[in-house]
Amino acid sequence: MATITTPNGFTLDDSGKRVVVDPVTRIEGHMRCEVNLDENNVIRNAVSTGTMWRGLEVILKGRDPRDAWAFVQRICGVCTGTHALTSVRAVEDALGIDIPENANSIRNIMQLSLQVHDHLVHFYHLHALDWVNPVNALKADPKATSELQQSVSPHHPKSSPGYFRDIQTRIRKFIESGQLGPFKNGYWTNPAYLLPPEADLMAVTHYLEALDFQKEIMTVRTIFGGKDTHPNWLVGGVPCAINMDGAQAAGAPVNMERLNYVRSVTERTIDFVNNVYIPDIIAIGQFYKGWLYGGGLSGKNVLAYGDIPDRANDYSPENLMMPVGAIINGKLDEVHPVDLRDPEQIQEFVPHSWYKYPDGARGLHPWDGVTDPQYELGPNTVGTKTNIKRIDESGKYSWIKAPRWRGHAMEVGPLARYIVGYATGHEYFTDQINRTLSALDLPVSALFSTLGRTAARALEAQWAAEMQLYFLDKLIANIKAGDSSTANTTHFDPKTWPSEVKGLGFTEAPRGALGHWIRIKDTKIENYQCVVPTTWNGSPRDAEGNIGAFEASLMNTKMEVAEEPVEILRTLHSFDPCLACSTHVMSEDGEELATVKVR
Amino acid sequence: MRKTREVILPQQPRVLILGIGNLLWADEGFGVRAVEEMHRRYLFPENVVLMDGGTQGIYLVQHVRDADVLIVFDAVDYGLPPGTIRRVEDDEVPQFMGCKKISLHQTGFQEVLAMAEMMGDAPGRLLLIGVQPEELDDYGGSLRDCVRAQIDPAIAMAIEELRALGIEPRRRAVPLPPESTIACPIMTPERYEGERPDAGEACRIGDPRLLADANFSPPEDLDAELEAILADPGRGGA
Repeated sequence: MATITTPNGFTLDDSGKRVVVDPVTRIEGHMRCEVNLDENNVIRNAVSTGTMWRGLEVILKGRDPRDAWAFVQRICGVCTGTHALTSVRAVEDALGIDIPENANSIRNIMQLSLQVHDHLVHFYHLHALDWVNPVNALKADPKATSELQQSVSPHHPKSSPGYFRDIQTRIRKFIESGQLGPFKNGYWTNPAYLLPPEADLMAVTHYLEALDFQKEIMTVRTIFGGKDTHPNWLVGGVPCAINMDGAQAAGAPVNMERLNYVRSVTERTIDFVNNVYIPDIIAIGQFYKGWLYGGGLSGKNVLAYGDIPDRANDYSPENLMMPVGAIINGKLDEVHPVDLRDPEQIQEFVPHSWYKYPDGARGLHPWDGVTDPQYELGPNTVGTKTNIKRIDESGKYSWIKAPRWRGHAMEVGPLARYIVGYATGHEYFTDQINRTLSALDLPVSALFSTLGRTAARALEAQWAAEMQLYFLDKLIANIKAGDSSTANTTHFDPKTWPSEVKGLGFTEAPRGALGHWIRIKDTKIENYQCVVPTTWNGSPRDAEGNIGAFEASLMNTKMEVAEEPVEILRTLHSFDPCLACSTHVMSEDGEELATVKVR
Repeated sequence: MRKTREVILPQQPRVLILGIGNLLWADEGFGVRAVEEMHRRYLFPENVVLMDGGTQGIYLVQHVRDADVLIVFDAVDYGLPPGTIRRVEDDEVPQFMGCKKISLHQTGFQEVLAMAEMMGDAPGRLLLIGVQPEELDDYGGSLRDCVRAQIDPAIAMAIEELRALGIEPRRRAVPLPPESTIACPIMTPERYEGERPDAGEACRIGDPRLLADANFSPPEDLDAELEAILADPGRGGA
C-alpha cells in the first residue's frame, strides 16, 4: 500500500511500524487491533479484527420462532434483554401480532433500565480506567478530595474526608496485596493519564459506589422479568400478570407495592446519575478536553434506528422517543429517513470478512442474508492461520461483516443517537448537549470525539432514567383505567400462521442500532440475521476501501508510548464494543493478558 | 502452593451455588447444566441459593458479595484430558478462572471475584468444581458424553462441601420436571437437544410456563418482600 485515501476521506499509510493489540481487553468478546505509527507515534493506519465467528444464524435455523428470544439472550452477558426484545419484536412483526399498551410500557421500562445499567457499568467498570489512574489515587489528599467532591456535586451525600480516607486505605490494601484484579494490565505510569490524584480518588470511589448501586437497578428487571440473571420474555407481550387488588391476590407478581418499589429504585437511579455519573463526566472532561481525538466517522456518517415507542405497536419516527435518521458527510441540516425493510438501504458485504456469498461482491439485505464461513488469509499475512503475527487487511481479515447504509460505513451508538437527536431538534437531547458543552466551554465540534462518545452515554443514562418514570406513570394510569392486559396470545398458536412470512425487529441497544430479520417457513425459522451495533462499528473495509467506525476513530491519534496502547483502548472502549454477539470464538489459544507487539 | 485462609464462617453461612458458562457452546454449558440438575434433584435450606449465572460477568458481583460460601460449576481448561473433573479451592480459584481464555465469561469471573474482594465482601470460602471441556466450537451444540458424565460427580462434590458445612440437602422424591429449571425453560437439555414435548404436554398457547406462577402469593410484609428481592437471586426458579 504505502499511502492511499479512502472514499470516506481517510488517508491510510501502512509504512510505519506496526503495533498489534490482541486481545483488546475489558470488552465483551474477542477482538484484535493493529495500527501503523509514523515516526511521531501518530496512528496512520488502523485495522480492527473480530476474532470470533458468529454462528447464531446457524443455530436458530429450524427452531420455533417463539423460542428465538431465549437463544439470542444467551449470545453474551451484557445486553441479554435487548436481544430478547428485538427478537420478540421481529416475530410479532412477521405474524402481525399487536401487543397491549401495558406490555409496551413494561418493555420500555425494562429496556430503559438496561440502558442506564449498561451505561453505568460500562463507564465505571470497563471504561473509566482508560481515563482514571487508581495507583495515582493513592497519592490523593482525602481532605482535598472531599472539597473536590463537594464542588462538583454538592448534593452527593458521600463526601467526607473520612470516607475518602477509608476508600483510599481499602484500595491501597488491595493493590499492595499484589492482586491488582481489575486494575491489572494498566499502564499506570503512562503520561496519557491526566487527572490529579484527588480526581482519581474520587472516580475510583465512584467505581465502587456504582458497583454497589447496580444491585438496585437490577431489581426492576427482576420484578417484570421474573428472575434477574436472565429475565423471561414472551412473543405477544410480557410474561407477567398484573393484579392491583392488594396483597391477597394470588398469582399477581405485579401489584401496586411492586410498582412503587420500581418507582423508588428509579428515583434513586436518577439521583445517582445526576449526582455521580454526570458530575464525573464533567470533572474528568475538564482535564481531558484538550484530548479530542477519536471522532472517526461520528463527524461524517451516523445512523440511528430509533426506539422506545410511546404508544404500543407504532414504530413510526413520530412515535419513537429515541430519534431516527441517517446523517451523511456531516450534513446535520439533512437527516435522511431510514427504512430497514428497503433492500437498497441496509446491506452487508463480505469482501474483507471471513464469509462467502454466492455473488461475492454484491451486498445482501439481511432478509436475504447468508452466513457461510470462509476462513482464508490475505497473501501478505505474516504468520499462520492459527497464529497470525500481522494481519493482511488487503484480504479477508475479520469475522465481522461490513454493513452499509446506502453504501456508506456508519457509526451507531449513544453518540450517533445524540447527533441525530441534535440534528432533528430533539429538545431534551439538545438541551443536555448544550449544557454539557457550556460546562466544559467546548464548541459543538467537540462532540465528534472519544470524549463525546463517552459523554453522550452519560447523557443518555440521565434521559433513560427519567423516561422510566414516564412509562411507570403511564402504566399505572392505564391499569387504573381498567386495562390489566399484558399479553396478546391470539396468534400464539402456529396453526394460525401463514406458511411463509418475514419480519423485522429493531431496537436501540445500549451499544447502538440493533436489528433482527427473520423468515419463518412452515412455523419454523428459515433464516435469522442479526446486524448488531458492533457489526456496524467494528466493520472491516468494504470493496471500495471505506474503513469502519473503529478503524476511522483511531486514525491520526498520537500515542504517548508505542508499546502502551492507552489511547487505542480509550477510543475503542468508548464504543462499548460487544464482540460476543457480532462474532464467535475462532481459536482457543487467545491469551489472557493483552500482548502488545511492535513490529 | 495453596495459601491457607483464616476465615471464620457464620453458623448459618449463606451459600451460593453458581453455574456459569454459555449453554450455546457445547461443553461451555457444563456449569449451567450442573446447577440446573442439582436444583431438579434436591431441596435446600433457605441459606443455600442455586443460580444460573450464564455469562453475566459483572452483573453477578452482587450475588457473590452476598455469599459466605461460593461454589462454582464451570468448564475449566486445566490442560487435562477432556472430561477430567477437578476441585480448586479458595485462593487458587481466581487463577484457574483466568489462566487461559477459553470462554467469554472467564476473564469476567476472575474480575467479579476481585471486585467482591475490593468491596470487602469476598466469600470466605470458594470452591470451583471444574470439568475439562472436550468441545467448545460447536455453537448450538450440547454437552459431550465425557463432560455430561461428570454432572453427577460434580453434584456429589458440591453436596460433600455442603455437608462439611453442616448443611444436608434433601433429595426430592421425584426430580422436578425439566421446565421447572432454574436456567432457561426453553433450553432445557431435552428441548435444547430436540426432544421437545408435544403441544398437549407443554401447552403452547399463551405459554403458561412463562406466565405468572400460580403458586405465588405475596408476603404480608412489604419490606421483607423487597429485601427478599434484593437478597434472594434464585427466587425466579424456586
